[in-house]
Amino acid sequence: MPQVKVLSKRYDEPDAHTLEGYTRLDGWKAMKRAFAQDPAVLREVVKDSGLRGRGGAGFPTGLKWSFVPQDTGKPVYLVVNADESEPGTFKDRELMERDPFQLIEGIICSAYALNSPRSFIFIRGEYLFPGIRLEEALAEAYANNYLGEDIQGSGFSHHITLHYGSGAYICGEETALLEALEGRRGQPRLRPPFPAVAGLYACPTVINNVESIAAAGHIIEHGANWWKQWGPERSPGTKLFCVSGEVARPGNYEFPMGTSCREIVEEACGGMLPGRNLKFWAPGGSSTPLLTDEHFDIPMDFDSIAEAGSLMGTGAMMMYSDKTSVVEATLNWIRFYEHESCGKCTPCREGNFWVGQILERMLDGRGRPEDIDTLDELADNIFGRSFCALADGATSPVKSSIKYFRDEYEYLIQRGRLPDHITPHAGAITDNAQSNRPKMMVGVGHV
Amino acid sequence: MARYPVKRSALLPLLHLVQYQDGYVSDDGIAECAELLDLTKAEVAAVSTFYTMYKREPMGRHLVSICTNFSCAVRGGKEVYDRVSDHLGVGHNETTQDGTITLEHAECLGNCEGAPLISVDYINYEMVEPDAAISLVEGLREGNPAEPTRGMIPPGVREASHRLAAIGPIDPDGPGQRLGLATAEHGAVPQPEAGVGAGGVGIISFGTNGADPTADGAAARPDEVPPPAKNVPITEEPIPGAAGSSAEAEEQTEDAVAAAGGQPDEIAEEAAPSDADPGVQGAEADTDDDADPREEPPGEADSEGAS
Repeated sequence: MPQVKVLSKRYDEPDAHTLEGYTRLDGWKAMKRAFAQDPAVLREVVKDSGLRGRGGAGFPTGLKWSFVPQDTGKPVYLVVNADESEPGTFKDRELMERDPFQLIEGIICSAYALNSPRSFIFIRGEYLFPGIRLEEALAEAYANNYLGEDIQGSGFSHHITLHYGSGAYICGEETALLEALEGRRGQPRLRPPFPAVAGLYACPTVINNVESIAAAGHIIEHGANWWKQWGPERSPGTKLFCVSGEVARPGNYEFPMGTSCREIVEEACGGMLPGRNLKFWAPGGSSTPLLTDEHFDIPMDFDSIAEAGSLMGTGAMMMYSDKTSVVEATLNWIRFYEHESCGKCTPCREGNFWVGQILERMLDGRGRPEDIDTLDELADNIFGRSFCALADGATSPVKSSIKYFRDEYEYLIQRGRLPDHITPHAGAITDNAQSNRPKMMVGVGHV
Repeated sequence: MARYPVKRSALLPLLHLVQYQDGYVSDDGIAECAELLDLTKAEVAAVSTFYTMYKREPMGRHLVSICTNFSCAVRGGKEVYDRVSDHLGVGHNETTQDGTITLEHAECLGNCEGAPLISVDYINYEMVEPDAAISLVEGLREGNPAEPTRGMIPPGVREASHRLAAIGPIDPDGPGQRLGLATAEHGAVPQPEAGVGAGGVGIISFGTNGADPTADGAAARPDEVPPPAKNVPITEEPIPGAAGSSAEAEEQTEDAVAAAGGQPDEIAEEAAPSDADPGVQGAEADTDDDADPREEPPGEADSEGAS
């Protein structure tokens, strides 16, 4: 299937991030369509479209919206999750950077459908430039009455607050995000109650990913059937796939759901780097179980990937070649999860640390025969034993790399080194690794 | 604080502001946040230590983050980090002796198509090979940063911190150069009406009565290019929005912060870009381009003593 540009259609326009450019490039049509209809009808449209959340879990967006009670007397808050921190994922950043009004219009449409007076965009702090683009877009939108009171004479009022996170992957998890937005440590909450009932400030809250909200705008503009022209029945629509790793042209590419991995990599990315063959890949970021070259042809949609034993996640395809060690990749990711574990649940906090220690020892040439089974067992003891999915995600590369590449682990343990054809990338740097240089801090007054 | 229905929500932006003012999350800054938000210092400290972007030691003028996550690593990110680390003679979370650069290795920065990625003050340079990385940091040291592949010239980490509070660019003539709390006036700041608790959260105004909500986080002055950090006056005014609204800084020592109901036009125009307040920022603001305390002789710098 060829590329289809819906969400990314304005990406190549140099002025798409300005109000003038956006308006010229067919902006605000969705908003006008939305205001002409009843909010309840719009909620049905999104439900009918079958849109599944683009933040990773793939929960049907319309269904999520339908859980929000409309009669509690409390405001309904809309929270846009722009805390995109999953290794390999960079689709939301590009969307906000190149086309921030698309998100704003999506928010207005979604908020109107949800009768929400106020929304928050929670963007990761490292996204300073996309954040500035959004700030400027918000200011322009306010100045021209696309936000604020009585938007464009519709009688609908809406306010958006941009809120930067401060560097914590866990804040992409929806309840941790709410904690951070409320000024706390970003640690997940126990559910229920679900945010739809008691979320931000204990009010009904809808939390959607940037891409989901942007897509909802297009669906409201064009209707449910238009969206369903792409993709399989249970995963309709188009998707932004962000491809990274050892491909010739990494980047964001929009394809219909269900396009095969091979097509995306070969058509859009120019294939793997010269002289390298696909060895393993993650279909949806580092927290989704790895797949191999045998799975190169699977269609990229929620159900097909689940059938292959992995997860769609954010559609972040990380492609690695036969010159790369899967054990090193696993260690690198485990160090990431160890660093990003919020510390609330013991299996995650301690377990990832131990997995990392074992992998590091193996790569250091001191592996023991029982290590592989220990890793597998540790992963089993981490999986499903914490509040949120971070721990589950952390076990994905461990379990799947052992499943498909046990021989590489065995080689490493027996010989104490990686096979010759592999270029070492030295795993991860850890915070624990102390520099052996004398610590040089200036600002004596503070030391 | 008035940007949020519940004022505690302002904590993360306030901590970014502390970093803007002090170059790191100082003990004074923690105390100020606690005071403003009716929290204990322990509560604020607990939040500040949770997040990677809050540093507990002074940063250099620029924060150089090198991604070493795997998509960057396979394209040489680890090598870039090692080369830069060797070149600068500092490791993770350490600052060069001349105070120009704080180095860190970063977890995925969400720009994997540009691997290996270096971000300077959270502005991204893509596909930076080791040699180019050395030139980049040398350019930063000489005050001559290269053009990034995304975004604008890195403004310095303190300016970036100001933007991360989502209150727009630094305006040397406008309000917002102090957190709103000088050490002497800690108790004097009235709290804006917090939006109510769990029960009946209402939509509280954007800090001003029916004022143009653009005054809200969404960059009050979007068209303004962030001014050079030169002569950033250290005044006593609170941050609009963050400190809850308008303020009249008639006198530097008297920090009368109006609560959420203040009039927007009161937002102090006479920002009194005079001398720095000796009690607050020490010898910081009076010299140098960058108003960076760490560029000054150690004895003078940061004499306010965070301890």
